[in-house]
Amino acid sequence: MEICRHKDHIEISELDPFLAELLRQIPASASPDGVLAAEQRLFSSPANRKETELCAEWKVYVEPELRRLFQSATETVAADLEQLNGNEKSLANRTLRIPAKHADAWLSALNQARLVIAAKNNFTEGELGDHLRSPIGSRRDLSLFQINFYGFLQEFILRDLGG
Amino acid sequence: MSREPRRGVGCRAQSKETEGTTHILDETGSVTTAEPTTETHSEEDIDLPWQVVVHNDPVNLMSYVTMVFQRVFGYPREKAERHMLEVHHKGHSVLWAGMREPAELYVQQLHGYLLLATLEKIS
Repeated sequence: MEICRHKDHIEISELDPFLAELLRQIPASASPDGVLAAEQRLFSSPANRKETELCAEWKVYVEPELRRLFQSATETVAADLEQLNGNEKSLANRTLRIPAKHADAWLSALNQARLVIAAKNNFTEGELGDHLRSPIGSRRDLSLFQINFYGFLQEFILRDLGG
Repeated sequence: MSREPRRGVGCRAQSKETEGTTHILDETGSVTTAEPTTETHSEEDIDLPWQVVVHNDPVNLMSYVTMVFQRVFGYPREKAERHMLEVHHKGHSVLWAGMREPAELYVQQLHGYLLLATLEKIS
């Protein structure tokens, strides 16, 4: 895989089918799917639970706005990922171009996906810091690899935003 | 994220009880009359400062958290990094303190960036 920045987009080329599939999984991975821990992480409490009125108002007025914000980001990313559609079974490498103006949406969707995967798998801080674990193994190992791969992309986009 | 005022959340710090009628002169020169508000809140609600606290989270990248602090609070990179490191090493950092309404808006923005942030009353 090669990743480089251009004036108005980031280009990820030489994407092998495995990494292309992981990218395709971003929108689905960002969904809590009704898993309470993931839902609670994306929509965390704004205050101590004793602040019942504040927390209740937050659920009514702020959470829907946050849901729309997160959904809008994943929809933008899903649209960009359509470049990878077609010939999913082909072993040929792919190229993905992320428009610079979509950088914030990508940061958000990647972050949502990382947080949801971590919450669903209940990863420990030690596991999350283990960047050398092989992705070949359990489903849990694959999820950890997914978090690290998405984190790598986030780092690159952040560097791009920082000039 | 939108900084438009919401109903309910965020309105309280603005809604001190007013006495008498308020006259408002608009750009066209016409005067409108606002009835006195009847909603009252205790002095404690209005005057007590609140603080915005960000809590540690092993998933969010350090560089991402620094960028968010720069964007949300307008902090220079060095100050944003100091707070990020405080979150990382001490488990939390107080990013801002002041009136409740802007504090709520900051927490809302931080949640929009998926950081673990809370609003706490300074006692």
